[in-house]
Amino acid sequence: MEDLAIRCHGLVKRYPPDVLAVNGLDLEVRRGECFGLLGPNGAGKTTTIEILEGLLRPTAGDIEVLGRRWSDDPRGLRARLGITLQETRLPERLTVEEILRLFRSFYARGRTVEAVLELVGLEDKRGARYERLSGGQKQRLAVACALVSEPELLFLDEPTTGLDPQSRRQLWQVVDETRNSGHTVLLTTHYMDEAERLCDRVAIVDHGKVIALGTPRELVARVVGQEVVEFEAPRDGVEEAALRRLPGIQAARRDGPAWTLTVAGLHVAVPALLDHLEARGVPLTALSTHRASLEDVFVTLTGRRLRD
Amino acid sequence: MTDPALSNAAASPAAALPAPGGAPRSPFLQIALARLRSFYREPEAVFWSFGFPILLTIALGIAFRAKPPDPVRAAVVAGPRAEAARAALAAGPAMDVQVLGEEAAGRALRGGQVAIVVVPGDPPTYRFDPTNPDSRLAHAVVDDLLEGAAGRRDVLAPRVEHKTEPGARYVDFLVPGLLGMNIMSSGMWGVGWVIVEDRQKKLLKRLVATPMRRSQYLLAFVAMRMLFLLVEVPVLVGFAMIFFGTPLRGRVVDLSALMVLGAMAFAGMGLLVGCRARNSQTVAGLINLVMMPMFVLSGVFFSSQHFPAVVQPAIRVLPLTALNDGLRAVMNDGTSIAALWPEVAVLAVVTAVSFGLALRWFRWT
Repeated sequence: MEDLAIRCHGLVKRYPPDVLAVNGLDLEVRRGECFGLLGPNGAGKTTTIEILEGLLRPTAGDIEVLGRRWSDDPRGLRARLGITLQETRLPERLTVEEILRLFRSFYARGRTVEAVLELVGLEDKRGARYERLSGGQKQRLAVACALVSEPELLFLDEPTTGLDPQSRRQLWQVVDETRNSGHTVLLTTHYMDEAERLCDRVAIVDHGKVIALGTPRELVARVVGQEVVEFEAPRDGVEEAALRRLPGIQAARRDGPAWTLTVAGLHVAVPALLDHLEARGVPLTALSTHRASLEDVFVTLTGRRLRD
Repeated sequence: MTDPALSNAAASPAAALPAPGGAPRSPFLQIALARLRSFYREPEAVFWSFGFPILLTIALGIAFRAKPPDPVRAAVVAGPRAEAARAALAAGPAMDVQVLGEEAAGRALRGGQVAIVVVPGDPPTYRFDPTNPDSRLAHAVVDDLLEGAAGRRDVLAPRVEHKTEPGARYVDFLVPGLLGMNIMSSGMWGVGWVIVEDRQKKLLKRLVATPMRRSQYLLAFVAMRMLFLLVEVPVLVGFAMIFFGTPLRGRVVDLSALMVLGAMAFAGMGLLVGCRARNSQTVAGLINLVMMPMFVLSGVFFSSQHFPAVVQPAIRVLPLTALNDGLRAVMNDGTSIAALWPEVAVLAVVTAVSFGLALRWFRWT
C-alpha cells in the first residue's frame, strides 16, 4: 500500500495576467500524520489546498491524492475526503441535524449523524438553526460536515481562525482523534502554537513555495536554535560581529534599535551579553527571552512576521 | 467547465433511491428538502410568492369590478307641469330626478350635481353643457323619455344584447397575466438568486467538494418549481374563480402543460442569469433587467396590442408574452394546447436554449 496520502510535485498556479499564487511547490504528506501548511496570508496555502481538494485546476504540476489523480475518478476520490473551506456559510434556515443529514446523504459509507454530533460536541444544538449558532459552533458544524464520511484524508483550511479558546481546544481534540484513528489530516493555519500542538510535520510556505519542512521541534532547532533573546539598545555601540563572538550566541539580527539573538545556552549567553554591553557603556532599554518557536523560524527565514 | 460527474449522472437514476435497508441515503430528496425548508422558513419569500399575487388580484379586481351603470341625474324646475315631467323621467331605467326651484336648479347644474335641467312647458326647455359627455348622454335620455311620454312611436324596435359575462371583463384578462408574471418572477428569483447566493456563500463550492451529483443539485430546483406550481396555481386560480367568477374554459391538463412549460422556461432563464454571477447584487440587477421589459411589453396588466405593429414580432417571441397569451387563450377562450403551437414553440425553445447555455457556462467554484 502506498504510504503517501498526498504527493505533489512542481505545483504551479498562475492567475492571468501576472499573479503567481503557487510557484513550484513540492509536498509529500504521509498516511496517518497530521501535516500543517504554515505561512502568512497570501502565501498560497489556500490555493494549494484547494488544488489538492480537486476544486481548482493547477496550471502545472503532478498531484496524487490517496494514490489517485483527480482526472481518474473524481467522485470516487471525493467520497474518501473530508473538507472544510475557509468561510463557507451553510444554509441559514436549516438546523444542525438537517445540514448533517444533507451532507451524510452524499456518501455511501460513513459515520451516523449521531456519532458526528457527539464528535464535535454539538448534541444539544441539533435542533438549532445554523443562523442561531455562535462562530465556534458554526465552525464545529463545518468540521462535522467534513467528518460524516469518516474520511481517510481530512483537509482543514484555517479551522480555528477567529475562534474562542474553548472552541479551538474542541477542534484540536477532533484533529487528535482523527489522527489517532489512523487517518491523515492536512491543515493550514497561521497560529504557530496550533501547528506545534497538532502537527507531526509542518511545511512553511512563502510566495507560493515551501521554504522549510520538518517536525516543529526539528525546524526550530535547525533554523533558530533553542532560545531567543530580544533586547533594545541605541543604534551605535553594538556591532553584530562582536555579538556573534559571544559564547552561546548563534545568530544576531537587528531591526532598528531592536536586536534578536538566537541562543544555544541561555545561562551562558545572557551574562556574556550583559557584560559585553556594560563594558561598552551601552544602556539596555528592554530585555526578554522566550523558547524558540515556529514564529521565530518564519521570521528568521523571511525577515517578516507571520501576521503583519 | 465540464465535469464527468454531471454527464454520467443521468445514466444512473437509481442513485436517487434510498439504499436497501432504509438508510437515509437519498441525496436528491435531501437537497430538495433543504430547498423547501429554506423557502418556507423565510416568511417574506412565501408572501411574495403566494400572498402578493392574491392581494394584487383582490385590489385590481375591486378597482375594475363590474358596476351597475351610473344613473342619469336630471333636475326639473318647479312649476305647474313639473310633477308630470318628473313622473315621465323617473319611469325610465336608472334615472335620478329631482324637482328644484329655478335658482337651485341652476346651482345644481353648475356644480355638477345634475347633468341637465328641464324647464317644463310647451315646448319644454333643456339646459345643459354640450361639451360635457354626461350632459349629452342625459340630453339624449331625457329627450327620449319625454318624447315617449308625449306619445312618440318607435318604429325600428332593435334587439339589444348586453355583453358583461365572465371571460370578457378586466379581471379575466388580469388573472392569467398575474399567473404568468408570478411564474416568471418566482422562477427567476427562485433559481437565479438562490444559486448565486449559494455561490457567494461558498456553499456551492463546499457541495461540489462532496460526491454529490451536480445534476441532482440542479434538478432539485426544477422539482421546487413544479411543487411551487402545484401550490400557487390552485390557490390563485381557485381564488379568482370563487370571488370573481373567472372562467376556466379550457382543459385543466392543457393549462397544466402550459404552466409546466412556462415554469421550465423561466427556471432556465433563472439558471442562465445565475450561471456565472458571483454576488447577489449582480444577479438582482440582471434579473430585473430581464424581467422589466416583459412586465411592460408582455401583456400583464394591459394588452400588448397597444404597442406599435413594428415591435409586435419582437414582443411575440418574449417568453412571458407566449405564456400570458397561452394562459388567456386556455382560460378565457377554451383553446386547446395544440392550437397554441406558436406559444408552445417559443417556450420550448427558450427552455432548451437557456438550459443548454447555462449548463455550459455554469461556474461551480
